[in-house]
This record gives sequence, structure tokens and C-alpha cells, in this order.
Amino acid sequence: MSTDGITTQKVNFKVFRFNANDDYLPYYENYEMDVTSEEVVLDILNRIKWDHDGSFSYRRSCRHGICGACAIKVNGRSTLACKESMTTMIELFGNELTIEPLSIKRSVKDMIIDKGDFWQKHDAIHPFLISDVDENPEHEHIVTQDEAEALLDADICIQCGACHYACPVIEVNDNFMGPAAFAKAYRFEADVRDQAHKERLSELHSEKQGVWDCVKCYECAEVCPKEVNPIDKITKLHQMLFKEGVATSNVATRHAVGFKHSIAKNGVLDEGGLVLYSEGPAIVKHVPVALKMFKKGKIVPPWAITKSQNLDEIKKLVKSSSTVKF
Amino acid sequence: MEKLKYALFTGCTAKQSTPEQMKSTMAVADKLGIELVELTEASCCGASHLQDYDDFLSLVLNARNIAYAEKHGLTMVTICNTCQLNTAMTKHRLDNNEKLKAQVNEKLAEVGLEYKGTSEVTHFLYAIIDDFGLDKIKEMVKTPLRDFNIAPFYGCHNIRPSELQNETHKSAESAYRPTSLDDLIIACGGNNVDYAEKTKCCGFHAELQAPKTAATLTGNAIAGAMDNDSDWMVTPCPLCHLKLDTQTHHASEAIGREVALPVLHMQQMLGLALGCTPDELGLNHHLTKVDFV
Ligand code: SF4
Ligand code: SF4
Ligand code: FES
Repeated sequence: MSTDGITTQKVNFKVFRFNANDDYLPYYENYEMDVTSEEVVLDILNRIKWDHDGSFSYRRSCRHGICGACAIKVNGRSTLACKESMTTMIELFGNELTIEPLSIKRSVKDMIIDKGDFWQKHDAIHPFLISDVDENPEHEHIVTQDEAEALLDADICIQCGACHYACPVIEVNDNFMGPAAFAKAYRFEADVRDQAHKERLSELHSEKQGVWDCVKCYECAEVCPKEVNPIDKITKLHQMLFKEGVATSNVATRHAVGFKHSIAKNGVLDEGGLVLYSEGPAIVKHVPVALKMFKKGKIVPPWAITKSQNLDEIKKLVKSSSTVKF
Repeated sequence: MEKLKYALFTGCTAKQSTPEQMKSTMAVADKLGIELVELTEASCCGASHLQDYDDFLSLVLNARNIAYAEKHGLTMVTICNTCQLNTAMTKHRLDNNEKLKAQVNEKLAEVGLEYKGTSEVTHFLYAIIDDFGLDKIKEMVKTPLRDFNIAPFYGCHNIRPSELQNETHKSAESAYRPTSLDDLIIACGGNNVDYAEKTKCCGFHAELQAPKTAATLTGNAIAGAMDNDSDWMVTPCPLCHLKLDTQTHHASEAIGREVALPVLHMQQMLGLALGCTPDELGLNHHLTKVDFV
């Protein structure tokens, strides 16, 4: 079993197979293999191709976790194949592992997917520095340490798509730009040299892009192999929209601001009041459910809300600590 | 065992749209002999939306809440996943950034408070598992839930980001194979259902701005539980409960299929097993009728 500390165990792989040219439907092939503790997921993909079926297809290039080509899903979890150790996978999921492409519906051949939607969205946020650069500059454009740190590692994204295809909103809403595109947008929004700051922000704020449609599930933060933490960048974009005065009044922005008003008034939230503030007259659509909730004792009228004790403290803090006006 | 005592941060929902959650928390704490000191001074945590607007204000308010737990010298327990995340995240940021902590404390000083970082922040679910212990729960079960297939629905903010969760809870759990709720179901004598959606998002936080997306996610979650032969669902998060219990009509419409299952708060499930009455647990407050008791 063990030589030089390397251990081996049997793993049953259930592998997604599909060739868009020949197959009407995808199917799964089983491969049983002895896996050593020092292998990464990419080694398994290689062995399937080399030892079992030469037609098995997947993408890889750098083998150093830097090109982003090899991202796939293991037991539903987005993973960078060349970086992810088999030991971790077995610890996490046991000895039955399902290997699938990042997106089943976008599979072209086995693990290879059409990443077109990912790149379209990446391109749409103008993923480059927009600046009037002097063609013959006399000196470099020095960026201070603090200014560089403001990017919060958004610049180390390798475009692997792991977060994009893990995002549940991407699955159900074609317009949603997705975590990677938003993280990329932040990367340039936070760059002091960029001169299209407000223009890019306005575009992101426009309704169909969905900067407000994130469900805050943290899947993107969880799967990113480079710890870019896209949801954190989406939050930063929201904050920028308010700070820069780009945010306009819509149900999402009012929803965020409504919390402040409610807290300033009661300490706690007035949940019904918040929905009214966010929705405006459109609140009528919530009436049927609200009535049912009321009947079941699930809605407290505004006058019966238990306010926080020491409310004066909260009021004072809301006043003195607010950093944003809207 | 020494009597367990915590500072209870109720959050807003338990006091408003899920009164049964407050009721069942108190009933369960009573049965287990856990003392809960309610933090009546606490404000809303901002529910992950206030920070989109004003991050600093959100930090100050959450730090104030923790400061009150610190005044009692107690660990804070939350009973909402989102309250848990916002509070734990605030704690993490302040404990790891002296400058930020000083800025926040400058504000808190205006009302005579200070955030020190001395109180832990944990969810009631983890307090039960880590501090009380599942073995003891097993011994105390009066009515084993053995006839039921129960689908655990974890809710995002208790399991992700796992780095933060692992730092916060003694029984660190995997974001991909969490076990706490499954273990609790088993301790209560029930059959835990495994299904792909159990760690997925219910859509709550985009309900107003992206109703179709949110309703689809809700529908998929209930459908996943139904397709795996669940009798009911259980969740530690009142926001997930609200979405899964009250939005079945929209969810069914969004996914083109009738979906509905009773959705119990984890306190209600535990309470049933411990022998609390349906009334003590507020089982009459659900929109999707709890018809098995
Ligand atoms: S947090 Fe938002 S962007 Fe990230 S995966 Fe979830 S929905 Fe998508
Ligand atoms: S943010 Fe992370 S997961 Fe998403 S594309 Fe970039 S490197 Fe991959
Ligand atoms: S092969 Fe380049 S990141 Fe894996």
C-alpha cells in the first residue's frame, strides 16, 4: 500500500461524456482507478485519456494553476484540476467521484465547454484601463502601495470560470454578468489610473446587467482557486455606485438604503415598512401573500414593533457614523 | 455540566415575520436548560444589504451589538444565518484590523461603549452541537422523529464563506458536505435526506430586485427535497424558512410545477423531538400547513 509515505486508494470515477458531433444525449462512463495521495485531479483526467479512452477531451495548458483552462466540476464543486489534490477531493467526498464539465449544458466535447457567454460578459465590462496615455511619457505612472492594494487582489483572476459556472444566478438569468465579470469590473474601477470610472459604473448599474441581482450565496467566494472573492467586489461596486452618486432610485437601491432609515427609526427593522419603501406602489403584488401571513400571525403591524432599547444610542450612531448620502 | 448561558441576538425576523422561531427557541432552550439573555438593546445587523450602501455604518452597528454581549461577558448566539454572517464578519474584520477597530471604537465611545473582541459569536445550531452535545440531545429525545424523512436545508450564510465559518465554529464544517443539520436530524431520531439542493441558495436576498431568479431558486430547492421523498424540510435560517414556506406559489409558477413542503425551523424540529407541544413551538404560524402533528 504505502511506499515513502505515498498512499494509494481505489476510487470510482463517474465521468461525464458527450460529443456534440455524434451524441444526442450525454452519458456517464465509469472508471475505477488506484489513486495515489500525491496526484491532482488533472492526473486523473490524463490517465483516463492515456490509459482508458484516447477520445476523452478536456482543456489544460500550464499545469501551474495560472492559465485557468482546466477548471471542471468534481461532485458539483468547481475546481481547478491542476491545483486540486485528489487527497482533498477524497477527504471531501469519499471514494465515489463524479467528474463533469463546468457547465453541462455548454459541453461541446466531454469536459470542454463553450465559454462564449463568459467571454462576452468579460468583454462587456471594458476589461482594460481607459486612460489618455501620453505616447511618449517622460516617466512611469507611479501607483502607490495603498493604491495598488485597493484592487484587493481582483487583478489576480485567471478567468477560469469556476465562479461563473458555480453561480446559481448565471444558471437561471442569461443577463446576469456573473461574479468574474463583476470582479474584473471592480479591478478597473478601483484603479487610480482609469478615467472611465463613472461611465463603467453607470453601465454596470443599468438594469439588465444585474449588479443588484446577486443572491449573496457566496458560492463564488467559496470556489475561486485564487481567492479573488468576487462577492466582496460586487459589494464594493454597490458601495461605489452610492459614493460616486451614480446609483439611481430603484427597488434594489431603495432596499439597501431602507435599512438605514428603518434602523434609525426603530433600531430593528420594520420589515413591512422596508418592503413598502423599496417597492413603492408596486407593493400591491405582495398583498395576497401578506394577507395570508397576517392571518397566520406572521406580520407585525408597524405600531406593534418592539423597538430596540437604548434607541437614542442607535440614532446617535446612525447620525455620526453614516458615510454615504443618497 | 455547568449551565450554558448565552447572549441571544434575536435579529428582526424572529420578532416579526417568524414569531414561531422566537417561541420555539425559548421552548427548546428551556428544555435543554440553556439560559438565554436577550440583547434587547441590539439593532438590526443590516442583513447584508446595509453594507451595500454604507459599510462603515454597518460595522459600527454590528460592533455595538457585540459590545452588549461583551458587557454580559457571554458568547453571543444568533438564530438567523444572515445575522450570523454579518456579525461574525464584523468580528473578523475588527479583530484583524487595529485601525478599523479604532475607528469603530471612536464612534462607539460617543455612546459610552467599546468593542473589545472578547465575546465569541455563534449560531444557536452550533451552540447546541459544540457546547451542549448531540449525545446529550439523543438521551433527552422523548419523541423520536423516526417516521419522517427530513430534508436539511442549510442556508448559505451558515456554511459559506467556509474560511470564516471554520474560524467561528468549533465543529468546522465543509461548505460542500456540511453535517451539522444532518447530525441534528439523526440525533432527533429522524431520517436525514440527502439531496443536491441542500447547500444551495433559497434566493431570499434578491427577492425584491430579481423576483424571478429568487423564485426559481426557491422552487428548485423544494423540488429537490420533494424528489428525494422528503416529508418536510428543516432549516436553521428564518429567511430561508420565509422563502420556502411563504413563496410556494411564486416558486411553483417559476419552475412550472406545484411545489410545497412544510418547512420547520431547526428549533421546532428539536422541540418536537424533545416533547414540546405544537403550540409551544408555534407550528400554527406556517403558511404551508404542518399537518403531521
Ligand atoms: S454571491 Fe452572487 S455572484 Fe457570487 S455566486 Fe452567489 S449569486 Fe453569484
Ligand atoms: S474570480 Fe476566481 S473563480 Fe472566478 S474566474 Fe477569476 S480566478 Fe476563476
Ligand atoms: S492547466 Fe493552467 S490552470 Fe490548470
